[in-house]
Amino acid sequence: MNALEIEDVWKYYGDFPALREIKLHVTPGSTVALLGRNGAGKTTLLRIVAGLSKPSQGDVRILGADVRLESSRRRIGVLGHGISLYDELSATENLMLFARLYDLDNPRKRAHAWLERTGLERVRDGLVREFSRGMRQRLAVARAFLHEPELLLFDEPFTALDDRAIAVLQTLLSEAHSRGRTLIMSTHQLREALELATHVALIHRGQIAYAGERRQEMLDDAGWLYRTYGDN
Amino acid sequence: MAAFLRQSLIIAAKDLRSELRTKEALNASLAFSMVILVLFSFAFDPSSEQIQEFSGGLLWLVYSFAGALALNRSFAREMQNDCLDALIASPAPASALFVGKALANYGLLLAVELISLPVFGIFYGVHWTQQFWPLLLVMLLATWALTTIGTMFSALTVNLRLRELMLPTLVYPLMVPALMAAMTLTTDLLGGTPLNPENMIWLRVLVAFDFIFTALAVVFVDTVLVG
Repeated sequence: MNALEIEDVWKYYGDFPALREIKLHVTPGSTVALLGRNGAGKTTLLRIVAGLSKPSQGDVRILGADVRLESSRRRIGVLGHGISLYDELSATENLMLFARLYDLDNPRKRAHAWLERTGLERVRDGLVREFSRGMRQRLAVARAFLHEPELLLFDEPFTALDDRAIAVLQTLLSEAHSRGRTLIMSTHQLREALELATHVALIHRGQIAYAGERRQEMLDDAGWLYRTYGDN
Repeated sequence: MAAFLRQSLIIAAKDLRSELRTKEALNASLAFSMVILVLFSFAFDPSSEQIQEFSGGLLWLVYSFAGALALNRSFAREMQNDCLDALIASPAPASALFVGKALANYGLLLAVELISLPVFGIFYGVHWTQQFWPLLLVMLLATWALTTIGTMFSALTVNLRLRELMLPTLVYPLMVPALMAAMTLTTDLLGGTPLNPENMIWLRVLVAFDFIFTALAVVFVDTVLVG
């Protein structure tokens, strides 16, 4: 069974088709770099896969089940453009909130364990609004991994991260990959993405221009993919 | 059902905790109600007989305007840091999210109303305690009506730039039956008239309104939030 199946997905904003006939199958344990220029449709596609938006047409299935089913949502971890944390709650309260929504055992213990893993144990009772940007980002990473999802969806995960947050994220992504988790990340940072990826999907003007295994040419020359399958 | 209630209560507790830390909506609503009550007390003669006739109307106008201020913040606070995305992506159904937020708003609005009521009594010389329990029942029912519609439209208008303007524009026309019932019943009760077969029809209107709009909101909130 595929970790993710996207079948003939279209998404319209008014009359404009942001996504056109997207078809993508992702096998369990893959790390997919979702590439494309600004406005190509990467975020729109990730939002549909995360169940945050409905496709105008087509079907998305997570491990064989509809994406909006509760069982599917338990299996997804999302890290979008925002950190999705409450400024007026403490780091522990934020993680406990999501641990409770995911009905995890011992939410406080789980929250503290993830704060320790992301190097935030000393500020666990501090309010998020008092955190530096890097600390907020590490807490957002902890939130996305908190329920140990089988499918991780990251939208521009390395953008605006500080060095420490990048190190934490890379460690967690490597661990997740070694444990057979499936990762899909949209990014502009080709080199970091291609080093982690086992597969690549290039979206060009709302359509899949390339989907397949990562090739050596992509690592040797970051522009090769766009020149071969994109406009230039 | 137990999971639904648990998730709703988790959301409600989170919203109340956030609100008690910032007091944004609470302070705005309370300050607004107090200012309006004081200003109206200068506009009308509190010792006149007429005050009994429009006391219910005046009180519910204040409550509904103050309520709109609090309800506007309900989903807007989820836009900060894209928190709404994490909630929608969680296993909690959109209906639990709605019910949780509605419960938090309900508590907030009731607190504002219960604090404003004695102030109203003092400024307008109204004996609000003489039919207190029936009055409390009317407040509970009418406030739930305001909360349900306000929370639903707070979700609907959350992505609009003019949401502060759009929310009252959309909510008040829909609230007319509930406000009419609340105003009529409150005027009767503040005037010392108990609930009787003649005014019970308005209580039934409130109950029906609450039931219908809660059911509609629970059914359609997923469409509103996810599309």
